[in-house]
Amino acid sequence: MLYSIFVDPFVQMVELPDLLVQVLWEGVVAGVLYALIALGFVLIFKASGVFNFAQGIMVVFAALSLVGLHENGVPAPLALVLTVAIMYALAWSIERIVLRPLVNQPDIILFMATFGISYLLIGLGEFIFGGQPKMMITDQLMLPRGAIDLQILGGRVTVQKLDIAAAVIAGMMVALLAVFFRSTRVGLALRAVADSHKAALSVGISLNHIWVVVWFTAGLVALVTGIMWGARSDVSFALQIIALKALPVLILGGFTSVPGAIVGGLIIGVGEKLGEFYWGPLVGGGIESWLAYLIALVFLLFRPQGLFGEKIIERI
Amino acid sequence: MALRKLALGMAAAMALSTVAVAQDSIYVPLLTYRTGAFAGSGVPIADGMHDYLRMLNERDGGIGGVRLAIEECETGYDTKKGVECYEAVKSKNPVVINPYSTGITLQLIPKAHVDKIPVLSMAYGLSASAVGDTFPWVFNPPVTYWDGASVFIKHVAEKEGGFDKLKGKKIGLLHLDAPYGKEPIPLLEAFAKEYGFELKLYPVAADKMQDQSSQWLAIRRDRTDWLYNQGWGTMNPTAVKEAVKNSFPVDKLVGVWWAGGDDDARGGEAGGKGYKSLNFHGVGADFPVIRDIQKHVVDKGLSKFPKDRIGENLYNRGVYNSMLVAEAIRTAQQLTGKKAVKGEDVRRGFESLNITEARLKEIGMAGFAAPVKVSCGDHNGHHNVYVAVWDGQKWTRGSDWTSPMSDKVRPLLEAAAKDFAEKNNWPKRSEACDKRS
Repeated sequence: MLYSIFVDPFVQMVELPDLLVQVLWEGVVAGVLYALIALGFVLIFKASGVFNFAQGIMVVFAALSLVGLHENGVPAPLALVLTVAIMYALAWSIERIVLRPLVNQPDIILFMATFGISYLLIGLGEFIFGGQPKMMITDQLMLPRGAIDLQILGGRVTVQKLDIAAAVIAGMMVALLAVFFRSTRVGLALRAVADSHKAALSVGISLNHIWVVVWFTAGLVALVTGIMWGARSDVSFALQIIALKALPVLILGGFTSVPGAIVGGLIIGVGEKLGEFYWGPLVGGGIESWLAYLIALVFLLFRPQGLFGEKIIERI
Repeated sequence: MALRKLALGMAAAMALSTVAVAQDSIYVPLLTYRTGAFAGSGVPIADGMHDYLRMLNERDGGIGGVRLAIEECETGYDTKKGVECYEAVKSKNPVVINPYSTGITLQLIPKAHVDKIPVLSMAYGLSASAVGDTFPWVFNPPVTYWDGASVFIKHVAEKEGGFDKLKGKKIGLLHLDAPYGKEPIPLLEAFAKEYGFELKLYPVAADKMQDQSSQWLAIRRDRTDWLYNQGWGTMNPTAVKEAVKNSFPVDKLVGVWWAGGDDDARGGEAGGKGYKSLNFHGVGADFPVIRDIQKHVVDKGLSKFPKDRIGENLYNRGVYNSMLVAEAIRTAQQLTGKKAVKGEDVRRGFESLNITEARLKEIGMAGFAAPVKVSCGDHNGHHNVYVAVWDGQKWTRGSDWTSPMSDKVRPLLEAAAKDFAEKNNWPKRSEACDKRS
């Protein structure tokens, strides 16, 4: 038994290095996609201190809007623009109807409000688009297809072109968001709002405007996430379950850090793939789902604020 | 005062309408899921079930002159919600419960036994519930998961050149990590011992249905020869897509009948051509029964299903399910002489169910389904299935009707039923068998 746990997996890694590289690559891809989801959560948490439970369904809603519009004859580029407009309208509506009346309320109230938003979007999505899964318009969005087979390390490593695109797009998105937070007035205002609603209001920052901006940005991240996940499988309400994978990523990376979401996503993605592939068979497989949380909890023991999260000390 | 009168009037009207439902119609609740992660599979089945029963109402005025009161309850494929649905409908005297989930079925087996409501888990649920002597209130015709797995092994043996060629092969089960997905494991383990193949299990958690890269890498590492897919919902198109992506020969990927939706196979796009799935009914709209549904339900705007998709595999599955319900009700009417039959009558109807070729022709299902016979002791029948093959556009028939290995499956089922009864302190059957059954 000890051999199976501590020796055999590493022997396999050495004996079949091509498979190890393939597992690592799949982990990186999964990690990038987790990170994309986690980014949406981080944005809203930074601005309001609230864990947005609706982020998962926002991913589904954005992707369904895009595909649904195209199914109804709207050309893909126009459908993309209209979906962006829908996400803006959603952000504006959430701020006006849900968040504005809740200014200065405890965080738990805002958190519960996101539950309401989530269920509303599920109902709205199913009412408008139905429950049937839909195919992502991969070709129309000019996303690459096919795979590159690399004959290396005495074997084969297959890299999907779509996965490369996902990694590149996620990287660009992180860079843009980092610039946005650090170097723009809106970004600075957003960070001020995250520290204190009252203090931000007292220096003339419009809370309402900031919330619309941040929910809209989270909506755009959700759209990109929905496109990438949808292209890998299909667009269905099952995607909202995957969104919960962001939780261990956030625990690990910190709820307030954009780079943390990326690094956390990669650690979780690679960790769960390695764990499932090399150690999963010892317990009958299917360990990925809880392994992510285990990895996050181990990190939490040493850094409760996450790898990049801010250490908050409160006087009692 | 006016408001009070109005309220009283409404209450009286509601009470009267409840009585009317109880006396003048046969209440058939349908536990369905049109929402959530599994809606892709749930919607066509829900519509197929509904549309057939609705067609009987529209065309024939119900069954035996009694209209059917059809009511759906949304479960989201969630066991807790399914049990809530059961509790909500049971006071309305349902003649049968269709749980449409193995997880829900497992929860309802003890409840239905107490409440005296028959449960139809058509080709799903607990395989051992085929043993009528132990489970008088549960029916799972026409075939169990264990029968299905045996047909898969038979198919592999045929393609490999005989059962002796199975020795040393690696046969995998890619399955949803849920009661439904795990159901064929005991049978496959027993067969692995008997035929000398190595069984590989690849469980897929619900939150990994759309990210199966770990499982498919393991399949690549293990060099699995054949793969049986016991998946559901969005797990299936992803599995076909992953097979194509990982260069696994799709003609060696065989799905159970629940992994044979049109959307499932479409997931593989052009590469999905050749994907196989077990099936026990016809596909397409070219059957009198489907044409009647189109005429009496779809054309009148009474169906929620898209017109151009009528006849898809899972839609027809729903039709088949409702056909079994209707025939059990009809048999119950014949047995009891009553028109508005109750759950206890329909249980007897199921036990005496004998749908012959001639009967299939009468109900517009000649060539659509094979005859079905259920008895007091055998609540399943272990009927034939065939292997369907996806041709890139639609499902086609890829084999003749193939009988399950009942001689091997049945003793295992009886042992499992006995084990269930012992572990659960299960009461002995007290219901008498009808002469016809």
